[in-house]
Amino acid sequence: MLKLEHIYKSFEGRTVLSDVSLSVPHGVTHALIGSSGSGKTTLLRLTLGLIPFDKGYVKINDQALLSFTPTEWADRIGYVPQDGGLFPHISGRQNVALVPGLRNWPAARIASRVEELRALVDLDPAILERFPHEMSGGQKQRVAIMRAAMMDPPVMLLDEPMAALDPLIRSSLQQELKSIFQRLGKTVLLVTHDLGEAVFLAECITLLHEGRVIQTGTYRQLLLEPADPFVSLFINAQRTLPDVGAVA
Amino acid sequence: MKVSTARILCLATLLCAIGCQNAHSAQTIVVGSKIFTEGYVLGELAAQTIEASSPPVPVTRKLGMGSTGILFQSLTTGAIDVYADYTGTLTEAIIKNPQLKSQEQIQAALLKLGLVMSNPLGFNNTYALAVREKFAQDNDLRTVSDLARLKSTLRAAFSYEFMDRADGYPGLAAKYHLELNQKNVNRMEHSLTYQAIDQNAVDVIDVYSTDAKIRKFNLRVLRDDLNYFPVYQAVWVARKAFVDRYPAQWEALRRLEGTIDENTMLDMNAKADIEKKSLAQIAADFRGAQARVSDSLGGGIARRTLEHLSLVAISLVFSIVIGVPLGIAAVRFRAAGQAILLLSAMIQTVPSLALLCFLIPLFGVGTKPALVALCLYSLLPVVLNTFTGIRSINPRHLENARAFGLTRRQILFRIVLPLASPMLLAGVKTATIVSIGTATLAALVGAGGYGAPIVSGLSLNDVPTILTGAIPAALMAWFAHGVFEFLGKFLIPAGLQVRT
Repeated sequence: MLKLEHIYKSFEGRTVLSDVSLSVPHGVTHALIGSSGSGKTTLLRLTLGLIPFDKGYVKINDQALLSFTPTEWADRIGYVPQDGGLFPHISGRQNVALVPGLRNWPAARIASRVEELRALVDLDPAILERFPHEMSGGQKQRVAIMRAAMMDPPVMLLDEPMAALDPLIRSSLQQELKSIFQRLGKTVLLVTHDLGEAVFLAECITLLHEGRVIQTGTYRQLLLEPADPFVSLFINAQRTLPDVGAVA
Repeated sequence: MKVSTARILCLATLLCAIGCQNAHSAQTIVVGSKIFTEGYVLGELAAQTIEASSPPVPVTRKLGMGSTGILFQSLTTGAIDVYADYTGTLTEAIIKNPQLKSQEQIQAALLKLGLVMSNPLGFNNTYALAVREKFAQDNDLRTVSDLARLKSTLRAAFSYEFMDRADGYPGLAAKYHLELNQKNVNRMEHSLTYQAIDQNAVDVIDVYSTDAKIRKFNLRVLRDDLNYFPVYQAVWVARKAFVDRYPAQWEALRRLEGTIDENTMLDMNAKADIEKKSLAQIAADFRGAQARVSDSLGGGIARRTLEHLSLVAISLVFSIVIGVPLGIAAVRFRAAGQAILLLSAMIQTVPSLALLCFLIPLFGVGTKPALVALCLYSLLPVVLNTFTGIRSINPRHLENARAFGLTRRQILFRIVLPLASPMLLAGVKTATIVSIGTATLAALVGAGGYGAPIVSGLSLNDVPTILTGAIPAALMAWFAHGVFEFLGKFLIPAGLQVRT
């Protein structure tokens, strides 16, 4: 499981995160949601071990981030950057095999793990041989998920997985992602600004605003028992389409 | 892995080139010469004389080595053994004591520097001022004193050396009260001053009194009526070590003392300059011998190609080995980075001849200073393109690589350098093509290459000879362009290849 405990982070004298705590039990998909400037990107970066923080703990299975080397930590947290973040100079397969290759996995082990994950994300084998600029948005996402899962990390962290996709692909990939998460059976933290996506994919949602956790709960709890007026404000703001009556 | 195989291949080729470079330093006598017609003729004459002496010793010709300073450095460092110079030049530019007049005084002063001077060869090639014959008649000019009448309007073109030497223009102006209007005094490369006076762009130029072009362009030499110009008796100057080691060869050279008078020299110069006879033929004619079979055109070009190629290749290896890390450092350390970029840009602005002159005291003459100069010149494109290539990488890729647990080293070699490689390779390509051009200047310090025929062709005003250097240099640049296109296919990762 992934745990963030009482995280504080300030940057150039400005408080960016204040007493942020979050707990994602094993096998659960959890969404971290907030508008831009809420501190969610900072939280994502410090969870990945990319930036230091002032106070608190980031733990995976009760082991703190600070007790690992950056490489050891990276192997415990599979990261899927925005748009997939594939390296443009190497093929999909080389992207997926990069980290295990650097950890001296034998070629056969890499190949069988790639095949296993390829089947899991249901990707055409030919796509793996393409370069990122030759792939569609959805294909890039799948390759990126394969890459993140290669080292079999207990936790997966996804940054705005749908942001750059067009709406039709989005809705079909959402379905796909949900079943991929189920098949992987991993603890997943999803960072997004899109409530619809969070509701669809995650069992539990944490709303972050101005560096603080406003509420953690299911969508139903957020909707029916808002802990703060901002929760309702945020939810209502996301309902952009008028209903039939309003159109007539 | 494909990439590293290609890298190793490149390196191996370059190491071979380095090997070839060092292969030709066997036991030979090296004859140098100054960079004008008479220097070449006397250099060739010395070379043939030594080759004909017994026991025979092979001779390496490093003719056309630039100015007195470069030749003096070459002698003292042992890069050449002997060359022809003039007593006036020796007292002025080397001993730096123009008061020394007698031959014995000069010889004694040179010996202290480890140099030996022969007795005069028989002619005095002093500086002189020359005007067009028509101009002389129109203005009734016979002596240098006569020029003073025209000094407010007189237009002059003087060689760099003449302008800067105390026994050149500054002293002349004082002695003859000939302070010309500064606007009317042009500093030019010596061989171009003849074109300038011929086309009536200037009225007076400095000449050497045995210069064949005086005849060719129908100039009148003005008499030095106040005996201002020092005596410039032609002599051999050699390293003491050479004289001790090869006494028979030195004796053979000394047998030429007193045998070349002004007319003979002017005649030989005219054969070279006007009749375009080969140096080998002129020297052989003088010696009453058969002309040496010189390098065939093809053989000469092949040898120079090897010289030129190794100059470019070796300097390039060094500029890559130095430039790429500097470029990386410039990205990593902001302040130092700006300093690095500024410094390599400043090096680029130093004129190549000046850079060579700075490098001679540090590295002597020959291949070494040429390599250092070339390496310094190719540094800017390598450093700048490495820097720009890395800076243009999307920072998200670097952050992602860190998130995947790649170490700094892995990020550099797996992500940064591959992503920057198209830019980096373009920089190396620019450096190569610039080097191929700049390496022609290496001839001025005796490093050979395509510059040798270009430099000698320029000073002999011989266009076909210039072309035997210039055309292969252009072809080499064209070839280099092709090589880099090809290398790009191996060294640039497939995902970044430009699709055609």
